[in-house]
Amino acid sequence: MSPALLLVVALAGGLGAVARLVVDGEVRRRLGDALPRGTVLVNLTGSLLLGLVTGLATGGLLPPLAQVVVGTGFLGGYTTFSTAAVEAVRLATAGRWTAAVVDAVGQLVAAVLLAGLGLVAGLALAG
Amino acid sequence: MSATRSLHLRGRSVGLVFVGGALGTGLRALVSAAVPPVSGLPVAVLGVDVVGAFVLGLLLATLHRAGPDEGRRRDLRLLLGTGVLGGFTTYSALAADTAGLADQARVGAALLYAGATLVLGLAAAFAGLRCGGRRGGR
Repeated sequence: MSPALLLVVALAGGLGAVARLVVDGEVRRRLGDALPRGTVLVNLTGSLLLGLVTGLATGGLLPPLAQVVVGTGFLGGYTTFSTAAVEAVRLATAGRWTAAVVDAVGQLVAAVLLAGLGLVAGLALAG
Repeated sequence: MSATRSLHLRGRSVGLVFVGGALGTGLRALVSAAVPPVSGLPVAVLGVDVVGAFVLGLLLATLHRAGPDEGRRRDLRLLLGTGVLGGFTTYSALAADTAGLADQARVGAALLYAGATLVLGLAAAFAGLRCGGRRGGR
């Protein structure tokens, strides 16, 4: 990866992180923070979009460079694993085991399904 | 009024998260470029996610021990936690790569990759929270 591309990917990641801050903050403001819904919404929408971007790029409708900037950069910075892991562990250590399992396993299963849906949709659009 | 505006809409928070997120994303891109996939499994992202989960747990527990979430501690949480570690780790690549493996009929590899990331990531976050909660105490 060239230094110029690395810089663009990093800046796109910064924008993605700000988008995550805003979405998570709005979800907390509206729905409260008894459950980590903000992170879940961010990770599910980001996974769907990355599947779509990957499908479009695989089908040739999106240049590889755009795939790296949007996928690795923006969506990589937008979604987060570390916060999701800490939130699930905090639910578990608070004794909220059902919420913890749904948060950890349900979030991952749903994210993979949405990414797969995005991938199929992207390939169909490009094909 | 800016004094009562939500934390996530303040210019200071946005600036800290942007700078941190750019640094974390750049670091992840470098690690991904340096560590190639092993038989199609993106081990770089796995490593990044697990290490990031540990460090975030450590950071949040350490800040929590140090005092309430305000002033310099909140700045550090936004810059390093939401920004650097949020940008460093990623969920979308985990989901899309798992879906991609399943799409290639490599269901076992998909389950191994997603399962290993989840189990190791949760264990790492737990260990980080524990270490940070104990550090400097007693």
